[in-house]
This record gives sequence, structure tokens and C-alpha cells, in this order.
Amino acid sequence: MSLGVSGEMPAAITQSAVSANDFSLQVATANGSGSQTANNVLMRAIFRMGIPVSGKNLFPSNIQGLPTWFTIRASGAGYIARKREIDVLILMNPDTAAADVRDVRPGAVVICEKKLGVEKLRDDLTFYPVPFSELVMKVTAGSELAKLRKLIVNMIYVGVAAELMGIETAEVGEAIRRQLKGKTKAIEFNLGAFHLGLDYSQKTFPEKSPYRVERMNATAGKIILDGNNAAAIGCLFAGATVCTWYPITPSSSLCESFIDHCETHRKDPETGKMNVAIVQAEDEIAAIGMVIGAGWAGARSFTATSGPGISLMSEFIGLGYYTEVPSVIIDVQRTGPSTGLPTRTMQGDVLFVYTNSHGDTRHPVLFPSSPEECYLMAQQAFDLAEQLQTPVFVLSDLDLGMNNWMSDPFPYPEGAITRGKVLSAEDVERLKGDWGRYRDVEGDGIPYRTVPGTPHPLAAYFTRGSGHNESGVYSEKPEDYVRNVDRLKRKFETARTLVPGPVFEDRPRAVAGVLAYGTSHWGTVEARDRLSKEFGVELDYCRLTALPAPPSFRDWMQRHDRIFVVEQNRDGQLATILKDEYPEFATRFVSVLQYNGLPLDATTVVNGVLDAQPAPGRKER
Amino acid sequence: MSATVPSAPKTNRLGLAKSDYEGAKSTLCLGCGHDVITKQIVTAFYEMGVEPHRVAKFSGIGCSSKTPNYFLNRSWGFNGVHGRMPSLATGAILANRSLVGIGVSGDGDTASIGIGQFMHLLRRNVPLIYIVENNGVYGLTKGQFSATADLGATLKDGTVNDLPAVDLCSLAVELGCAFVARSFSGDMKQLQAILQAAIAHKGTALLDVISPCVTFNDHEGSTKSYKYAKDHEEPLHEIGFVPFFEDTLAEIPPGEVKDVTFPDGSVVRFHSVGRDYDPTNREQALAVLHESRQKKEFLTGILYLAPEQPSLPDVLGMTDEPLHQIPLEKVRPPKAALDAIMESLR
Ligand SMILES: Cc1ncc(C[n+]2csc(CCOP(=O)(O)OP(=O)(O)O)c2C)c(N)n1
Ligand code: SF4
Ligand SMILES: [Mg+2]
Repeated sequence: MSLGVSGEMPAAITQSAVSANDFSLQVATANGSGSQTANNVLMRAIFRMGIPVSGKNLFPSNIQGLPTWFTIRASGAGYIARKREIDVLILMNPDTAAADVRDVRPGAVVICEKKLGVEKLRDDLTFYPVPFSELVMKVTAGSELAKLRKLIVNMIYVGVAAELMGIETAEVGEAIRRQLKGKTKAIEFNLGAFHLGLDYSQKTFPEKSPYRVERMNATAGKIILDGNNAAAIGCLFAGATVCTWYPITPSSSLCESFIDHCETHRKDPETGKMNVAIVQAEDEIAAIGMVIGAGWAGARSFTATSGPGISLMSEFIGLGYYTEVPSVIIDVQRTGPSTGLPTRTMQGDVLFVYTNSHGDTRHPVLFPSSPEECYLMAQQAFDLAEQLQTPVFVLSDLDLGMNNWMSDPFPYPEGAITRGKVLSAEDVERLKGDWGRYRDVEGDGIPYRTVPGTPHPLAAYFTRGSGHNESGVYSEKPEDYVRNVDRLKRKFETARTLVPGPVFEDRPRAVAGVLAYGTSHWGTVEARDRLSKEFGVELDYCRLTALPAPPSFRDWMQRHDRIFVVEQNRDGQLATILKDEYPEFATRFVSVLQYNGLPLDATTVVNGVLDAQPAPGRKER
Repeated sequence: MSATVPSAPKTNRLGLAKSDYEGAKSTLCLGCGHDVITKQIVTAFYEMGVEPHRVAKFSGIGCSSKTPNYFLNRSWGFNGVHGRMPSLATGAILANRSLVGIGVSGDGDTASIGIGQFMHLLRRNVPLIYIVENNGVYGLTKGQFSATADLGATLKDGTVNDLPAVDLCSLAVELGCAFVARSFSGDMKQLQAILQAAIAHKGTALLDVISPCVTFNDHEGSTKSYKYAKDHEEPLHEIGFVPFFEDTLAEIPPGEVKDVTFPDGSVVRFHSVGRDYDPTNREQALAVLHESRQKKEFLTGILYLAPEQPSLPDVLGMTDEPLHQIPLEKVRPPKAALDAIMESLR
């Protein structure tokens, strides 16, 4: 198996001239080989040289021994989507060597273990064979470092790559020091290994790589992090006080990050007690049950999971919807159905989540595209959940949640948090107890609630997932049922006005619109630029950030006779929702899909658009 | 004719009448064991003088799970989904540990669909009175066997149960539950004492209460019928409970007694009746439970009690404050904290 280009790329969109700061570098290793540190150092060194980067780890669902690819994309133009074409390959894994070499683009650079002998495989590549195993033996023979060989060899390829590509030694050194914060010994031998590779390359390869970096100034002040950590930080600053979870890739690290942050920031300095409750539940059913119980009792509660977890949670999500309990569910999507490809990405839960649970249900869903939006939308989700008194989903995915993204530092949240319509004991007294848990007082469909423990004899109410009237009293009366579910629908219309709105970007002479959401944003914006530059095809852009969409979204669709909907799933799940909700536009949607488990690349979108959109500049394949 | 002075209604230590602890009118079958337990719950909370607004009631789905609606109208109730009451209760109690939690479940709700959550609730020692209204059948779905039906018991139509019963009490002791009791809805005195003690207990108090289903499982051949339970009940001891706010211990006649004191000063006094049983001895509890199952005995009483065991909020090192009442500045770290996190990511 391999992850490279499939070889059928149209010639017209292959890159002709090689320029600096524009390449995709892939490191092929086996997992468990400890290459993570080295790869991060490479990425961060380039980042520290001021060049926009992204780092994507394509890993197996396994702990040790199966192939792993880490891809670093450097782009002076700021494109950080996965690039389908590999320009530089660092080949360390004998198991995938032949396929990896086969799949790189013509003209690519291959840094490889010499004894693999892959140079014979192709004559249109530049090979830099390095005797990694000999080099590492030389420095570790007979020393206490022997058991660290596996790790040291990784830093040797960093040295070779840095020297061939012009990555500054000082920045690599700084990246190593930051990566290994304070571990003096480790820093020392990693620096040693790095220089070993550097020296070897200097002496051996007079001809440098055509793919090179040149210092620029596009990353000053920026940070690098994954979306899961960003969402965890969002939950921390949103004042979330209950977190429940059941481990599942790719969402586990979100809760683990939250735990770490809470240890530092949620321990009361005076009492030493925790201002948070975190429970690793026995399964996802219990996790969501606890979230709903806690939300009912007034806490800001959330869980993070992935598709299989959502499947298990469905009954409870219906309960949360029908009993109107604030709760936040962060779904870090992975490739389904079933166990699917557990360590690969997909926008596969959109349809399932939006109408999750039996009966008529609809839930607000937020689509973050970047770590900053993970941070912001985590906070918005809690506000919305309390304002709307309902479960709110944040739909991230493995690409966003677990990969490395550049970001501006996050803004500190302004103002108080939104608690929504909550009656205090004084309010209940003022109303002389004349209130109904499911009464629509303002006409926005959102009722008032009291929080358990409110000290007033008339504050309490009974919450039930069975039919109920406006006072929460059991009722099977047809008119009570209809009034209640119609109000819920009204409430959902209110949600439309409260969720974050789409981001529009129109262009003069646009021939159609393109619509994307979540991580599909990155490949789409790059494709849009390429379509413009290479084919003269101009597209207006709408990035949908939430469902249900506000009225401005309808207006945008109204203006476009053809709308490309870019998604990372087989069935065009968002398009399906849109066709259902906007039947008058149903014939305008053209799906552009990628569903191979890999993050969306621009080439897929370019091809998908060109397939449907006549482009005079397009050469025949 | 002389005017009669209306006697002041009897009130508890809060000045509340018993009617302040009642709930909606029951819609269960006339004579259902569950209704008897409901009445005992009303009495226990009244006698213990628990503020109704501090009580949170939880249940799953079933006839038994409907009952929280029939007691403590002034308290909060959450009737959730089938078998998942434990997780709802866990979340709510963590969110506000000052609430007094009571969960009512059925044998189907607990021993079949909900056994996973049940076991994990016990393991976590979530502060909750957990009552299983055990009738050996699924009442609400019209009388199928549940997993607590005894081997060889029959349904009304003669169908024989050929699988062994799940013993919820053994399971509870095994999983570290520190308050495990078995009772019978027909033994009101014992049930009342156990309920009051359960209110005083700070962790999970499991009450497996045989509660006959008069409609589907009260016939000859049932081992969960009124008659069977009455004929076979064998109390391990007599239980006297004295809450911390009363000082009536001296009135309980001495004899072969063992006192267990709760952290708040409440005392459970056990009078042995016949057998020598120490409810604070976990090994003995397990041995007696195993033995009684072999012998098909119906032992009742508090099988195991360890009031000092730390409960989940303590294990998590949590604050005493209800989480939604913590001021924002304590749950939203300052800007400097965000800056520090950002700096670490450069
Ligand atoms: C997921 C799900 N499956 C099945 C049911 C149907 N159901 C309702 S109550 C019940 C059994 C209740 O039995 P038990 O808990 O013993 O309560 P009882 O009625 O005997 O008091 C079942 C199977 C349901 N409500 N939800
Ligand atoms: S069916 Fe059985 S359990 Fe249900 S209410 Fe009637 S008697 Fe009680
Ligand atoms: Mg039952």
C-alpha cells in the first residue's frame, strides 16, 4: 500500500518550475520507530524560518511496526492543505520502499537508506542514498547510546535533509531544544546525530536538492498545534466543568489535553480542590448520559468522541433534544462505516449527527476549519447549548484534530458566559410559581428552566423523555405532543439566527459557486486559486460554519446556478441535507468528493470542478 | 356546642408536613409492590427532614421507573432512558454534590439492559440511593422474565425460567458497594429503617427490594410473589436507625446489638435475630449471600455497611460547591494563563 500520487494527474496542473518554499516532504517510517520528534523538529525548523507549514501524520491503527508517513508541506503562498504530489521523500521503511518510490512525482528528491538500493527503480528522480545504519553504528558502537539507535537514526535524516534543502542549522537546534524542553542529555545526543547527518551530506552530495527553503517572514508570532488541543483549550476557557469520555481515536487527545490543562488551571489554589469533574466513562453511552445529567444540573458539560461513539450515544442524544438539556458533543470524525479506517480522516458523520436519534430531531452542528475555530467554536457550543437548551455538536475530524496546524494565537474570551433562560428562586417567587418548563414565553421556542437545587418550593419540575405538556407533566394528548414538537421546530429556527454564519468570498467573473466546510476548506481555497490561475475558472466561495444555516446562506445559493459542494465522504452528505432543506436549489449542487481516508488535496477539487465546468485552458489528459 | 380546636398538622424538623413530600397520583396497578415502596420513600424523606429542593430523583424506564413522579413533588426528577439511570445520576451528582440523589430502577432496567452502568456506578461509589424494585419480570412490557427471575420460576402461562438469576446484592458487595441491603416491599418496618439509613449514607446505597408485580408475577410458581416472599423472608437482623438529629439510642432495648455510626453521627443498630451476622464484614457478607443462594433462602436486612468509604466526588478531589455556582473567574483562567499556553506552542 502507498499513499502517493496515483499517477493520473493531468499534466497541465503538474508544477513546471521548481521554486523555493513550495514542496511537500514525506517521511516514510514504521510506527513505533520514534520518528515523531525528528519530524516535528523538521517541521518546526522550517516554520521558524518564517515559512508557512503544515504537518500531517498518516498513521496505522497499530502501536508498532506498520508503515507511517509524515508529510510536511511548506508553502510560501500559505497553502497548508495536504498536497497530493510528493516532492521530497525520506525513505526509511524497507516495507514500503518500492511503492513509495513509485508514487512520487517525476523530478522528486529521494533521501533513502543506501542499502535499500532503490536508486535503480526510477531514472527520473534525484536519489541521495545515505548509509544510515552504518552511520548510526559508528556513533553508538559500544556506548550507552546503543539502545537509542532507532531514535538517533531519525535525527540523522533531519541533518541530511536540512543540509540538502537549506534548512538553517540554528533553527533546527532551537527546534530540538524546544521539542525536548530541558532534557539536556537528549538534546545533546539529538544535536550530535543531526550534525552527523549534516556533515555526511555536506561531504557526499555536492549537488543540493532543487526543493529548497529560503527564509521569509510569514510565521512571526504564530503557533503550531492540533485541533484537539485547541478545542480542549476552548473548553477550558468556556468554563466547562464536567468532561466525560471514553477513549477513541481520534478524539482521545482532546480529553487528555483537557485533563492536562485542568491540572494546571482548575485546581483551586486555596483549597487544592478541583473546580472540574472529569470521568473516563465505561462507554460512550455512559459518557453522554453523564453529560446530560450534568447539563441538567446546571454544569457546562461535554464529551468528545468519534463516529462509533456517536452511534452508541444516539438514544441519549434524543433524550437531550426532547428534554432540552444543554450539552456539548465534540465529534472528531474518522473514516467509517463501522470501525472503518480508525486512524484516517473523513467528514462522515454530518448526516448522522444532524438528525441523530429516532423521531423528528435536528441538532445545531458547528464546523470548525482550523484550530482557532476549534477553540472558538468549543466556546460558542457551550453558549449555544445553554441558550438553546439542547445538545450541540462540534464536528471536527482526524485531520484537524490530530495534525499540526499553524495558527494565530487565540484571543482571550470577552465578557461573561451565556447561561440562557434560567429562573432563580427570586424569579420563581416573583412569578408566584406560575411558570412552565416547556412554555414558550417569548415566541422563540426557547422555554425557561430552573436548576436542580434552586431553593423554592415551586422551582422543581419533572424531566421526562416521554410525552409531556408545557409544564413537563406526562401527556399523551395529540395536541400537547404537536404543540411541543412544533415549538421545538421553532426553537431550531431560532438556532439559525444564533449559530456562527457562513463566510462568503465572491470574485468578479465567477462562473459558479463552491461550498466547503470544516477541513475541506483548505484544499478548496487552494483549488480555487489554481482554477483561476491555470484555467481562468473563477468561483465564488462559501464556507459553511454551522447548521442550520442562516438566511444569508439561502441568498448566496440563490445567486449561483451551479454550486460545487466539496466534502470528504462518498455520498455528499451535506449536499443531501441541502437538497432536502432547499429543494428549490436541488439541481444546482454538484458534489466534489474525496473519501480515501486522506486529507483533502487541491488536485481533487480542481479535477472535480473541471469535470463539470468547461474550461478552455484545460489540456486533454 | 364547644368549638373544636383543629390540631396542628404534624410536621418534621423543617416544619414541613408529610404532604410536602408526596407526589402525583400513581398510575400503577392496584396493589403493585412499587406503590408500597413509594409510600416508604415519602415517609423516610419526611422523617429525615430532607429539604425537598435538595433532592434529585432519577429513573430509567419501566413501571418501577415511573415512580419518582409519585413521590417528592417539590424535588427535581429525571426519568431518562432504559437502563441508563446510573450515568444520568452520576453526571448530575458530580455537577452538584450537595444534591441528595435517589434513583429508582427495575430488575429489567438494572439487571439486563443496564447492568453495565449499574456495575460502574457501584464501582465509582456515586452518592446515590439506588433502589431496584425487583419483581422478576418486565412489568411495563407485559410480564417477560427478567434476569433476576429465579431458576425454575414460572410465568403465568407456565413458561419455566431455565437460566440462573443475577444476584444484585452479591454483585454489589463484590464491586465494593459500601451499603448493600435487601428487603421486601411487604416488610415496611425494615424497609423504612433501611431507607433512612440510606439517606444518611454518603456513597451508593443499593436497596434490592422484592416488589411483587400483582399483574404478571404474583402467582403460584413465582418466587417474587407476595406469598412466596412473606413465607420465605428471613431477616438477618432487626434494624433500628437513629438519625444524627435525634437522641433516642437509649430507648432501643439492648441485647445482642452492633452499632454502626455514620460520619454525621447517625447510628444504625443491628439486633441479631438467631444468626450471628456482622454487616461490616465483607467476606462474611459474600459467604452468606453465596450460601443463601444455594439454599434458596430469602435473606433480608443490611448485608454490608461501610459508611466511611470515600465517594466519587472525593476520589476526584472535587470542590464542595455546585459546579454551576462557581464564579466565572474560577473556571475561566486569566489571560496570563492563555498567554502561557500560547507561548508553549510557538
Ligand atoms: C431501549 C429500550 N428497549 C426496550 C424498551 C422497552 N421496555 C420498557 S420497560 C422495559 C422493562 C422494564 O422492566 P423492569 O425494569 O423490571 O421494570 P418493571 O416494569 O418490572 O417495574 C422494557 C424492556 C425501552 N423502553 N427501551
Ligand atoms: S404491571 Fe406489574 S409492575 Fe407494572 S404496575 Fe402493574 S403490578 Fe406493578
Ligand atoms: Mg421488573
